Amino acid sequence: MAIKFGGEEKKWVGKALPRKEEDRLLRGRGRFADDIKLRDMAYLRFVRSPYAHARIISIDTSAAEALAGVVCTLTGKEIVPQTQPFIEIGPDSKVRDYPFAVSKVRYQGEPVAAVVAESASIADDAAELVRVEYEALEPVMDAEQALQDNSILHEEAGTNKIWHGVFEYGDVEKDFQDAAFVVRIDRLHFHRFSSTPLENNVVIGEWNLKDDRIYYSCNNSFPSFAIQFLSAHLNVHIDRIRVQTSDIGGSFGIKITNYPQMAVVALASKKAGGRPVKWVETRSEHMTSSAHGNERTFRDTRVALDKNGLITAITSRHIDDCGAYPRYEPLGCVIWSQVFPGVYRFKNARIDFTQTVTNKCPVGPNRGYSRMQHLWFLERVIDICAHELGIPADEMRMRNYIRPEEFPYTTPNGCVYDSGNYPGMLELAKQLIGWDAWKKKQAEAQKQGRLIGIGIGTTLDSGTNNFGQSQIVNPGAPFSGNSQGANCKLDIYGEVVVAVGSCPQGQGHETTAAQVVADVLNISPDLITVRTGFDTERNVHTGFSGTYASQFAVSGLSAVHGAAQKLKTEMKRLAAFVLESEEDDVEFGVGAQGPELRAKRTGKSINYWGLANIVNVNSAVLPVEMYDITLNCRYIWRAPFKVPDKQRKYGNLTLTYASQLHIAVIEVDRETFIPTILDYVAVDDCGTVINPPIVEGQVYGATAHGIGAALLENCAYDAVGNMLTSTFSDYTPITALNMPKIKYGHIQTPSPHSYSGAKGMGEGGAAPIHTISAALQDALFPNGIIIEDSFNNADSLFRALVGKEICQAERLVKLERRAS
Amino acid sequence: MPENIEKISVKLNVNGKTYVRNLEPRLLLVEFLREELDLTGTHVGCDTTYCGACTVLMNGAAVKSCTVFAVQADGAEILTVEGLEKDGQLHPIQKAFGDSYGLQCGYCTPGLLISTYELLSHNKQPSDKQIRKAIAGNTCRCTGYQNIFKAIQLAAQNRTRT
Repeated sequence: MAIKFGGEEKKWVGKALPRKEEDRLLRGRGRFADDIKLRDMAYLRFVRSPYAHARIISIDTSAAEALAGVVCTLTGKEIVPQTQPFIEIGPDSKVRDYPFAVSKVRYQGEPVAAVVAESASIADDAAELVRVEYEALEPVMDAEQALQDNSILHEEAGTNKIWHGVFEYGDVEKDFQDAAFVVRIDRLHFHRFSSTPLENNVVIGEWNLKDDRIYYSCNNSFPSFAIQFLSAHLNVHIDRIRVQTSDIGGSFGIKITNYPQMAVVALASKKAGGRPVKWVETRSEHMTSSAHGNERTFRDTRVALDKNGLITAITSRHIDDCGAYPRYEPLGCVIWSQVFPGVYRFKNARIDFTQTVTNKCPVGPNRGYSRMQHLWFLERVIDICAHELGIPADEMRMRNYIRPEEFPYTTPNGCVYDSGNYPGMLELAKQLIGWDAWKKKQAEAQKQGRLIGIGIGTTLDSGTNNFGQSQIVNPGAPFSGNSQGANCKLDIYGEVVVAVGSCPQGQGHETTAAQVVADVLNISPDLITVRTGFDTERNVHTGFSGTYASQFAVSGLSAVHGAAQKLKTEMKRLAAFVLESEEDDVEFGVGAQGPELRAKRTGKSINYWGLANIVNVNSAVLPVEMYDITLNCRYIWRAPFKVPDKQRKYGNLTLTYASQLHIAVIEVDRETFIPTILDYVAVDDCGTVINPPIVEGQVYGATAHGIGAALLENCAYDAVGNMLTSTFSDYTPITALNMPKIKYGHIQTPSPHSYSGAKGMGEGGAAPIHTISAALQDALFPNGIIIEDSFNNADSLFRALVGKEICQAERLVKLERRAS
Repeated sequence: MPENIEKISVKLNVNGKTYVRNLEPRLLLVEFLREELDLTGTHVGCDTTYCGACTVLMNGAAVKSCTVFAVQADGAEILTVEGLEKDGQLHPIQKAFGDSYGLQCGYCTPGLLISTYELLSHNKQPSDKQIRKAIAGNTCRCTGYQNIFKAIQLAAQNRTRT
């Protein structure tokens, strides 16, 4: 059945159209950054710090420079006079961030020098010849310790604290006075992990000395952000920086923050006389020094509940660890508040939020960025409170969920949840997993001493940011709103060509953009070419363009739709003139000579080539009043946002709220303590779906990320800052062997905030992390265990259950009953 | 230092074509394929034999070409992703991956296609467990493997039917 919205009949939007990207990727003809080879290209290798925190005494590059085939070397001291420190997003930041460590190193793997050589292998050899002398300093590996400022990372800043703010709404203390129950949770901790795209970071940069421009081919996933940083850092006018991306082998946000390496490559190219320079990151470099997700500790949580188990207020202290440099940070200090109450109805809360640096890899926006940490915290609160009050976990959620009839729902901090049906999702998920049957099996298994738990995770994937939230962390930040660009044209020979400002990494933008345009023009998507990748010179980007933060279906496709509408209007006007008809009489279709416009009355038609011909190469036939027709239509879509109230920290921070509800059944083996998933359901709601299998595929992908993060993937450091998981063999990304079969279900609550009813999706809200913690918690409550950490494996479960070293409920949770 | 190391003559067949080259002994097979032959469909993801983005078929066996020296492939027959299609027509395994939405960014896909090729060459009707085992060495960060399982089942079915 055709879907109708925006007054257009949808023949293609909503269909399971095969992806246009597939053909080249299946044939091995994708064009990834590392596939590009340029004339006279040189290769760069970084020399990196083995220390987490140390002063640099000296760097000797002479032996490396003496090696045959070495073009040049580069160090921090050399680049300081040529560059500005990177822009700091935080207010009055005194942190001086350069792409190399200059006087001291602040995390293991931080670049201290680079070598450029004729081949990658010579660069490898030469990097080993660079001698660096260090004086080790006290590393700061724990966020709470970092805040004591005993050892300071950025001496010029005088403190390790990066940001602090209190988010307080409503009369919190009154709720605590009136509460029937108060639950206290001493500590919860969200661990550090990364979605580790399979393709590492790659930068090819050429500082062309002939035209004094910088040309990049790379896999940065937010290029319009990167060029703003690079322009200021390199003292180069932003128009002199060209960035192109092609196929990208995954990013999940991690490739947003590879601009420091982009800077080094450009500076190295300049020193190498303008030769193109290529840097291909190794996996170990990626693990130690690209970007990790934010780690967060939740302290002194108090929850007020009424006699029915309805949460009325929460207070808590959240400490975010952003690693050695606040690069995209402190934006994470506000981004979590897009989902301030999660999916729950409580109105009053006070969250005291602090961010600190530590001697670990800098963080970057990683799939679920900053919201997942908070949503995990809320899901832990829900399960712990439910248990303390003796309310079943599903019932507790039903009592506290925002109700379907309350949408659009305004949260305590002014965000507007567009649509949703959380109870409906829970019901569907329970049905898909066979809730009652599992409950029975669980009870029987528990009698035999088996540790089986059933857990629910409800989460949100907020998409299309209001960048005005940056002003909540820094009132002077010059950002607000959100926008995206697209261009839709008839080329000289009448081909339909679409360009967008996104840089997809597997999300199928070529396909979904073609679906949208096909519906506007009433032709097959096969007849539409969508330019892949990002290019500053296509002139379709705004300062927000890129692919991040679950938004293409809203921002990207709205821009594509707008551009296609503009083109359609021009085509109609031109055709009416040529066919000597009225615009209302002209219809779009496909004839014997391809796609065409027809005058219904006369039956006369003109095909796309004919129209394009007139505008581009036969323009003398055009009357002057039609000179504004170009058949080359650029459209900038803007999200309807207002600047938030900075003082109150109040306003709508995101346009759409996709939601996910997962249920997992997990067993912890009594002898090995290995947790095994016995059954798993993922229910998704991202509003109107543009291409169902593309959405389903991204739900599976986000589910794998979350399961991996919950059970296998942890960026572990030892006490002195050595990263213990610096290879895939140690980090163990989830494989086909440990990925369970996923039962998938979905509902659609169309968004009133997007033209199509679609909501941004893809990040997935880290539903599996919440869900697996919930299931483990369900299994282990009887043993007096609190799931204190988002990462749980056989080792930590053994330490909790047998060693009783961690996760002990008697230490972590207190219930105060005030009900008479 | 490397410039003093003697190069070694290697003769091998890649996708039906014979190549003779003098190679540095430390050159990895994946580097040879990508840098010398410009067969960039084979990718590098981890450098430590975990992820399988570099999987190629060497004398009928799937190997991780980041962990094989090019000189070890002397005399070998190599099949890479570029060698799967015939006369412009996709191989049934490639088609099955496309039909099942078994890829997203496509970076791991060449390796998975080759591992599947090897599996189906000796097991016409693999069980779910056998499929999982056969691609355990191929990491995919996008798909959560669900549609890859479907793709391999579909490829096996299509193969059985023809």
